[in-house]
Amino acid sequence: MVKVFVTPRKGILDPQGRAVEQSLKSLGFGGVGAVRVGRYIVLELDAPNIDQASESIRRMCDQLLTNPNIEDYTFEIEPEEGGPR
Amino acid sequence: MKWGVVRFPGSLDDADALWALSQVMGQEARALWHKDEDLGDVQCVVLPGGFSYGDYLRCGAIARFAPIMKSVVRFANEGGLVLGICNGFQILCEAHLLPGALMRNRSLSFICERVNVRVENSATPFTCAARQGEVLRLPIKHGEGLYVAPADELRAMEERGQVLLRYTDGAGRERDDANPNGSTRAIAGVANETFNVFGLMPHPEHAIEAALGGEDGLKIFRSIVMSVERTPAMASTAASSRSLA
Repeated sequence: MVKVFVTPRKGILDPQGRAVEQSLKSLGFGGVGAVRVGRYIVLELDAPNIDQASESIRRMCDQLLTNPNIEDYTFEIEPEEGGPR
Repeated sequence: MKWGVVRFPGSLDDADALWALSQVMGQEARALWHKDEDLGDVQCVVLPGGFSYGDYLRCGAIARFAPIMKSVVRFANEGGLVLGICNGFQILCEAHLLPGALMRNRSLSFICERVNVRVENSATPFTCAARQGEVLRLPIKHGEGLYVAPADELRAMEERGQVLLRYTDGAGRERDDANPNGSTRAIAGVANETFNVFGLMPHPEHAIEAALGGEDGLKIFRSIVMSVERTPAMASTAASSRSLA
């Protein structure tokens, strides 16, 4: 299973993050800062090995899953039990 | 002149754009289906407003891969005129035909109101029927119209005159409370470097008759007609199509 985390790029105005940050502060949570609200995408991927899976996910992110103008991403690959590693 | 208005699943303003062009402007305008790749002999492609493909993932992110977009990108790269309104603007950004991107409004609310935009560069095919600095009154209706672009790119765009429309007050003054969605530098519409692709969040097709509350939108469409009739190669195409008709 692949987990892709998409977040608004640092330095890009993120109105949702700012609203959440203000709400957290008004609820009394101290020490909160730089909240950014992004997207979490989970997908299954058949790939012969981790390297090829990574390469394929990077291409997915660059072409469709993210807008490189305004978003950054990271991903985690969790190989299936007994599957290729 | 001949216009094509692309119809994506979820397009809403395609019929309004066709009405504005054919009924009000007397132009030859037809709908282009998203699954087709043939643009025919159109001289300007309009990407209309709406919520193409439900705006899933990001506004315009899925529409960008519609079969017709391959032809639209080729058409644009060959110098063809492309106008993206609202969702069409978002699609053009996603397709990399225009720089930057559109994010959630500063207020996080959907905004539906009439705004003022100042013409920042009237020497383009999309604005030549307006005066430099003229204030147009146009409706907006969007949830994601906050324009952003990297700082160095913005600077270069401003220097080249690619910012065609900016939100102002009715007197053409830039004020924070006249910027409805929080766009960077109050940008409401931008062109590409070669000035044949233009995207804007306001809806010119909804401001084409006094009965609708204003006709300033006609200036955008008239500009395009003027520029096509002025260009010798395009003009001869238009002339031959007229003689055929």
